[in-house]
Amino acid sequence: MRVYLDNAATTPLDKEVLKAMYEVMDQQFGNPSSIHAHGREVRSIVEKARKTVAGLLKTSPAEIFFTSGGTEADNTAIKCGILDHGIKHAITSKIEHHAVSHTLEALAEEGLIKLSFVDLDERGNINYEQLEELLKSNERSFVSLMHANNEIGTLTDIERVGELCEQYQALFHCDTVQTMGHYTHDLSKLKVHFLVCAAHKLHGPKGVGFLYINHNVKIKPFIYGGAQERNMRGGTENVYGIVGLAKALEIAYADMDEHQKHIQGLKTYMIEQLKAVVPGIQFNGEIDPQKSLYTVLNVSFPPMDMAEMLLFNLDIAGISASGGSACSSGSNIGSHVLNGIGADPNRPAVRFSFSKFNTKEDIDFTIQKIKEIFSATS
Amino acid sequence: MKLPVYLDNNATTPMDPRVLEAMLPYFTEKFGNAASRNHAFGWAAEEGVDYAREQVAQLIGASEKEIIFTSGATEGDNLGIKGVFEMYQDKGNHIITTVTEHKAVLDTCKHLEKQGAKVTYLPVKEDGLIDLKELEAAMTPQTILVCIMYGNNEIGVIQPVKEISAIAHKHGALFMTDGTQAVGKIPVNVDADGIDLMAFTGHKMYGPKGVGALYVRRKNPRVKVTAQMDGGGHERGMRSGTLNVAGIVGFGKAAELCRLEMDTEAKRLAAFRDKLQSSLLELEESYVNGNVEHRLPHVANISFKYVEGEGLMMAMKDLAVSSGSACTSASLEPSYVLKSLGLSDDLAHSSIRYGLGRFTTEEEVDYAIEVTKKAVNHLRDLSPLWEMFKEGIDLDKVEWVEH
Repeated sequence: MRVYLDNAATTPLDKEVLKAMYEVMDQQFGNPSSIHAHGREVRSIVEKARKTVAGLLKTSPAEIFFTSGGTEADNTAIKCGILDHGIKHAITSKIEHHAVSHTLEALAEEGLIKLSFVDLDERGNINYEQLEELLKSNERSFVSLMHANNEIGTLTDIERVGELCEQYQALFHCDTVQTMGHYTHDLSKLKVHFLVCAAHKLHGPKGVGFLYINHNVKIKPFIYGGAQERNMRGGTENVYGIVGLAKALEIAYADMDEHQKHIQGLKTYMIEQLKAVVPGIQFNGEIDPQKSLYTVLNVSFPPMDMAEMLLFNLDIAGISASGGSACSSGSNIGSHVLNGIGADPNRPAVRFSFSKFNTKEDIDFTIQKIKEIFSATS
Repeated sequence: MKLPVYLDNNATTPMDPRVLEAMLPYFTEKFGNAASRNHAFGWAAEEGVDYAREQVAQLIGASEKEIIFTSGATEGDNLGIKGVFEMYQDKGNHIITTVTEHKAVLDTCKHLEKQGAKVTYLPVKEDGLIDLKELEAAMTPQTILVCIMYGNNEIGVIQPVKEISAIAHKHGALFMTDGTQAVGKIPVNVDADGIDLMAFTGHKMYGPKGVGALYVRRKNPRVKVTAQMDGGGHERGMRSGTLNVAGIVGFGKAAELCRLEMDTEAKRLAAFRDKLQSSLLELEESYVNGNVEHRLPHVANISFKYVEGEGLMMAMKDLAVSSGSACTSASLEPSYVLKSLGLSDDLAHSSIRYGLGRFTTEEEVDYAIEVTKKAVNHLRDLSPLWEMFKEGIDLDKVEWVEH
């Protein structure tokens, strides 16, 4: 048996999504920019997908720009959002994804912006009063705060951040890579300027995502060359990827409540089971369902010898989980997220992340294996 | 024969079924994130990427460590040019390119001019090739990059890349080439050609859209580019973002097929192209654009004088061809590539790019000949200009009166 509990890294492609993509891959190969029939057909496929995405998010198709994924969307929003508006001050947190933090740090290193960090509590919740202070005491700011943390799952109250940003005329970029398709994002109400999606985090394909840019914000392209994406993003469109993205989001929205209930049930069950079988177990980040992304559970195991072998042992036992973000899983410097919330470095941390395809049996199997690993080491 | 007939393979190519087949497992059981280092799903994805990297490297005579996967050639062009400009700014700020480059290169250069770059846009001769003496004369001690495409997307002419790279290197500059149209169609070897950076893409060589690569030389000299997308540090820090595993696997397979089948395919397509071209040149007042000796084997760009371009495209509605680059075909501007060869707006408008491909059959070529001839003759029958030309009036000397 092999159990995949690393869905925050990437998710299996939904069969319905593959079906939608396959039809295009097999039948439609035109370049959407070509004016002949082969081109026009795929152009309408791309625009239909854009309309689907926009409709689900209750916004206009003119505000949806397809990209090669979340990283490109984050880079576009941050670099163009800041530089094209002459903004000199950015506010972020110490636990953002590297696509955000490294991009902001690069701008700060070049001396283009001053960077301020919001305070976090030990569960990764931001201090909203201090955020307001930072907005108040600085010139116009660019705020980049993620909706849910990819390692510990702690949710940000983005309605509240959006209100604050509006009050102080700040631009608000929200990295929604982990929450897109897991919660509804109603852009007719939410006060946000940039919002980001990577299809492969919601059972869509890799290599495609989108950036929502609020119509009141104008930026220049990040990738030049060609009139694609209404002159905002050069490059022949990844047509089947875009089709897959739209289908994945459509499915996610159609079945959201059911999936949330199912996945939250698995997470709650796993928390209970872990508490029962591993004495001294703790959790990193929020686990309260109201404050925590239901797909992520970051477990803080008691200090043990060979802590670094825990993930290896889990893999041997048939469980795929992660120590943190996949993007930095090869490095030894430890998780910047766990460092950012002051987690005890002696306690090995494992991120288990769930999807709609996981079952109670998966959790039982995992608990059984964890029990075996811990009885063998103690 | 299935209609419409597709002869626009410079815009994009159909995916080879063998490519799609290679991709499928990476959409299903091998769905892992190639950056997941702790478990088997990640390793399986990484293995697929590694193998594809070798396949792609082999096609261009590179080592696999020199391949940076991107979302396509446009991103590759952006990364190469902006990345070199930022990395080598202490050395100089001068870039040399040509007026016939793809927009991905031209627009990036224009953007860099606002950031302090000095850019020389070399003109081309009537046959679309650059004058090497002009290149030599344009080189300065501040020149950091010469960026000249391998094969042109509209007229197919192949620039003398070996000579160009030698000139660039003699003056201490790097040589980058947009290999989008040439790679997979003709032999491209980064060492023999002296290429330091090269952008290319999957969907122009029967692979998937949304995936491409930037070749970055690692030895003699070791070339570095400043990353344009920050994040998890994928692709040795040069290009962050979760890898498009299935796309990369498809790109790899496409590269392998091109490497193995290039010779026979090029011969076959050149024969078809020559047949198409010589048949169409039987029409009076029709001309081939660009050098015909140094040209990609599957491309012919032909102007039909005294024929209105848009009418021609409409009259050939079951023939998918283009009057220029797909990326600019939505605009009504005449092709800037053809204009730079010295064609008038009218003639540029009445030009058709025929791009043959792996799945083109002789029957389709014959169809294209027949349809084009019929359309051209029909439109000329309706054309007062053609009538005047036939009556021996020199249209260039007529003084038109505005009504």
